[in-house]
Amino acid sequence: MFRKILIANRGEIACRIIETAHRMGIATVAVHSEADALSRHVAMADEAVPIGAAPPADSYLRADRIISAARATGAQAIHPGYGFLSENPDFVDAVDRAGLTFIGPSADAIRAMGLKDAAKALMEKVGVPVVPGYHGANQDDAHLEGAAEAIGYPVLIKAVAGGGGKGMRKVTRAADFAAALASARSEARNAFGNDAVLIEKYIEQPRHIEVQVFGDGTNAVHLYERDCSLQRRHQKVIEEAPAPGMTPEMRAAMGDAAVRAATAIGYKGAGTIEFIVDGSQGLHPDRFWFMEMNTRLQVEHPVTEAVTGLDLVEWQLRVAAGEGLPLTQDQIPLNGHAFEARLYAEDVPAGFLPATGRLAHLAFPPGIRADTGVRTGDAISPFYDPMIAKVITHGPTRAVALNRLARALEETEVAGTVTNLAFLGRLARHEGFARGEVDTGLIERDLAALTEAEGPSLAVQAAAILEAAALPEGPLSGFALWAPLRRTVTLAHGGDEVTGVVLAEGPGRAHVEIAGETLEAHRDAGGWRIAGISPGRVIRAGGAIHVFAGAAGTFSFAPLDPLDRAAAAHAHSGVIEAPMPGLVKAVMVGAGDTVVAGQPLAILEAMKMEHTLAAPRDGVVAEVMVEPGTQVEPHAPLIRLEEEQAP
Amino acid sequence: MRLTSAALPGSEAFRANRAAHLEALRVIADAAALAAEGGGATARERHLSRGKMLPRERVANLLDPGAPFLEIGATAAHGLYGGDAPSAGVIAGIGRVHGHEVMVVCNDATVKGGTYYPMTVKKHLRAQEIAEECALPCIYLVDSGGANLPNQDEVFPDRDHFGRIFYNQARMSAKGIPQIAVVMGSCTAGGAYVPAMSDVTIIVRAQGTIFLAGPPLVKAATGEVVTAEDLGGGDVHTRLSGVADYLAEDDAHALALARRAVGHLNRMKPQTVRWEAPEDPAYDPEDLLGVVPADPRTPYDIREIIARLVDGSRFDEFKPRFGESLVTGFAHIMGCPVGIVANNGVIFSESAQKGAHFVELCSQRGTPLIFLQNVTGFMVGRKYENEGIARHGAKMVTAVATTSVPKITMIVGGSFGAGNYGMSGRAYQPRFLWTWPNSRTAVMGGEQAAGVLATVRRDAIERAGGTWSPEDEAEFKRPTIEMFAEQSHPLYASARLWDDGIIDPRKSRAVLALSLSAALNAPIPETRFGVFRM
Repeated sequence: MFRKILIANRGEIACRIIETAHRMGIATVAVHSEADALSRHVAMADEAVPIGAAPPADSYLRADRIISAARATGAQAIHPGYGFLSENPDFVDAVDRAGLTFIGPSADAIRAMGLKDAAKALMEKVGVPVVPGYHGANQDDAHLEGAAEAIGYPVLIKAVAGGGGKGMRKVTRAADFAAALASARSEARNAFGNDAVLIEKYIEQPRHIEVQVFGDGTNAVHLYERDCSLQRRHQKVIEEAPAPGMTPEMRAAMGDAAVRAATAIGYKGAGTIEFIVDGSQGLHPDRFWFMEMNTRLQVEHPVTEAVTGLDLVEWQLRVAAGEGLPLTQDQIPLNGHAFEARLYAEDVPAGFLPATGRLAHLAFPPGIRADTGVRTGDAISPFYDPMIAKVITHGPTRAVALNRLARALEETEVAGTVTNLAFLGRLARHEGFARGEVDTGLIERDLAALTEAEGPSLAVQAAAILEAAALPEGPLSGFALWAPLRRTVTLAHGGDEVTGVVLAEGPGRAHVEIAGETLEAHRDAGGWRIAGISPGRVIRAGGAIHVFAGAAGTFSFAPLDPLDRAAAAHAHSGVIEAPMPGLVKAVMVGAGDTVVAGQPLAILEAMKMEHTLAAPRDGVVAEVMVEPGTQVEPHAPLIRLEEEQAP
Repeated sequence: MRLTSAALPGSEAFRANRAAHLEALRVIADAAALAAEGGGATARERHLSRGKMLPRERVANLLDPGAPFLEIGATAAHGLYGGDAPSAGVIAGIGRVHGHEVMVVCNDATVKGGTYYPMTVKKHLRAQEIAEECALPCIYLVDSGGANLPNQDEVFPDRDHFGRIFYNQARMSAKGIPQIAVVMGSCTAGGAYVPAMSDVTIIVRAQGTIFLAGPPLVKAATGEVVTAEDLGGGDVHTRLSGVADYLAEDDAHALALARRAVGHLNRMKPQTVRWEAPEDPAYDPEDLLGVVPADPRTPYDIREIIARLVDGSRFDEFKPRFGESLVTGFAHIMGCPVGIVANNGVIFSESAQKGAHFVELCSQRGTPLIFLQNVTGFMVGRKYENEGIARHGAKMVTAVATTSVPKITMIVGGSFGAGNYGMSGRAYQPRFLWTWPNSRTAVMGGEQAAGVLATVRRDAIERAGGTWSPEDEAEFKRPTIEMFAEQSHPLYASARLWDDGIIDPRKSRAVLALSLSAALNAPIPETRFGVFRM
């Protein structure tokens, strides 16, 4: 077994690998970019080596620096994690040449699976079903129609050069083929300048089911399947194991096919065989087809760990160190059901735009698994995948595991950036999903309901206002001889202002008037209850107030200090500052430009909202102090106007 | 040492007492609500339409949210000036800003433009007096047209009239008691000196004005035509004249600036007494309404009240077997050590001697004194005069008058005659004087006063050989009895600022705790007593 390994990755996966390595008594070396110098994976590792600037091409993709780091620190093996260099056969070769061990498959195996068409051909050869289709060069109309007939309707006509649905037609019967082909070709020609098409079996209610395999170079086993059908634009959102509706026959058929695929290439380590499955009439052993093989550890591997009770990273390390497979196929347990939800910093209502920000607060409920690479105070930077965590729950049945997931998501607290938490929560409570009706189109079909932006309820607003008011505790709190004083509190929420009047009525008692409504509030150990009900946990972090309102979502408010407001209204200084941390998206002016009050000068993208920074007064731009793409801290000076001329 | 209550909460008497107290309280609460309305709906609308905050909102947004606010003279001028000056047109009280206890004086411009009636002046001066005695920073939220001209003779010239406001500001500033003014409206003529005499002044742009003479007077005097803003607006005073220091954009900004100014005062409360951990009384203060008889003539044990005021209902009674009509002893109120002097009937020579002794003890120890008044006076009659009750009474009055420890007086029942004096009535300058809705204050009871007058009258009639029927005597006594009834009512007293306010008895403990806390902002000097007539 290795004594020391290097993890050529960052974020949650680096942390997760380090945990297992440490549990096995293996020392760890982290590598990190300049942006990640203070990140969690660096803190967890025994040693850390800087490998370059923030952009991945300058750091995490720099095979040479990573190998040097391994050599310099005496690491014996390199775990690539997922992404970055994990499926790069040249990197594997370089690691081998350096006399180190690559924790993963051989370069040949990666190459064999890297080219999709060749991989499919190989799979067909070893008897693994692939999606029926015609990918040939003969573009003659009649030939194509014959191919469609041979595949069997419905079929899909796709532009070879295609993408984004352009040049794609679904054809359900032979009579429509010619017309659909003509129209697909015309569209493809216009869009891509290439009207070549391919024909594929059209799969009704396609489901994405993948099988976890493990090989030791000679033998291979499978660790059952995962269902990753809940996707949005090919991004997995919630994964689970086992697949809903899975039958023993289907599992055996898919498992056998997957093991055949792995054995065919002498696979070593963890890999995943992805299948597309026709879910229109339940699962049938003759309705799954090979899509591709991922020759690495998958993001969603924890659901397999949850149902098998195994540690896949431990298996990777043992196999890489030369051990055989730890268990035989029939020794691998399968218990209960597990879910994983991917928590991202992203702006769901704005179309799932990736978000950035500093995590003012991050907390997960106890009793669940949360794999994360960030802590309270860490930044979600624009350089990398904005994943915050994977929330994993397990239960004896699918219903219990799903309930636990929904609850865990409601109890997960993230402040400082927008997240997809509410979206995930709604998915976890989706009735069709609960019934096991999963397919890759589910999210898109119900997108409006799943992503509808919900404003804070009056109770949530009241809770935030009470937090801002910070009423004191103790017997004299709220004391007045007669009527209580009426304290006005104004908070910023997004682009809006929320104003309420707080009437402290006595110790732990208050009324809040908002929008013409009077809400009764009382305080107990858990905070303020509004009309007897807790609207959620309220915290103050990063200069803002955050209400974690469970299924309703997380709402953030910024107390408005009249001093700041007045300063902004009559900015005597001509310096335009960043109002919050964010990314400078655009700068619309240059030095010397004459601007008028209210004119947009720059756009700051923060909390995934685009904030237009306007000129506070008429003037002339003296200096632009940032470039687009710069990540800035709050109050960072961005643009300076010339001094005002005395009137 | 823990007091034991004999109260029977379920009893008929208890319920009847409670009902009567609640009715008395309702009368006061109505008066307080009327006062809090200020100058009425139309004036409030006009005020709001100018973008100003209402005066109570200004106070609320100046103070720490939810921190206690101890209002002074809430029902001042009640029933005076034809009801034209609710709360005397000015809000005063002790609140907290960044945890500092401060005295707020806020003009109510919805009441006759915030002009000063005689009671307005008296209330303003009383607030300053409290601030000076308790060393509380003063924050003046100014929005006033100055002296109320129809009443100029009663507000302008005398010692305790308008000019005293600025005298006090100067004297307090000299003592290191910060003076902060926020000019949120007019500040005309004499009023201009409030901001000018302050240590720090904030003025609201296009809203606050400060000038010795307004545009109409300037035009009349010199012919110069000038707008109020150009004459003495915020821009002028912060940029040209230097009369004000900070320019605020609006009320909210101005109040935030005032809060910031207090944040920079760098003041520490002196360590004067040994605080203990506060503890609730063992008996619920809510039951005060039931245990105190509705009829002030019904005797009861004052310890029933003490048991509902002090921490843990623990009372270290001093000299319990001597002069029993005066109850004295040590206790804590919300952690603050106090000496309590409370009436349990008429004051006898022994009670007076004991009272003097106890006040001496507290003075030597620097323990604040609480007086609970329910007193018909000193005992009268030959035996008592001959044994020198006046001499013993004088000892108590001397001790009470000359002690340097903070005194807080609460009138929980009758306050009649020299009992009022010996028990630290208004003339003895307690730091605070609070009354209960059921209390009565007068030189003597109405019946007694009418009886004295009737006796004199009967003597005169009978000396002249006439006769006086009981019916005629009753008719003769009636106006006196009615006059005393009206004038001894707490609202009558509070309207004239003979006290600092009428309170809900159930809030007595909090009021005493806040009064003590305010008072202890000032150091407690060494006491030097006068000559005791031995």
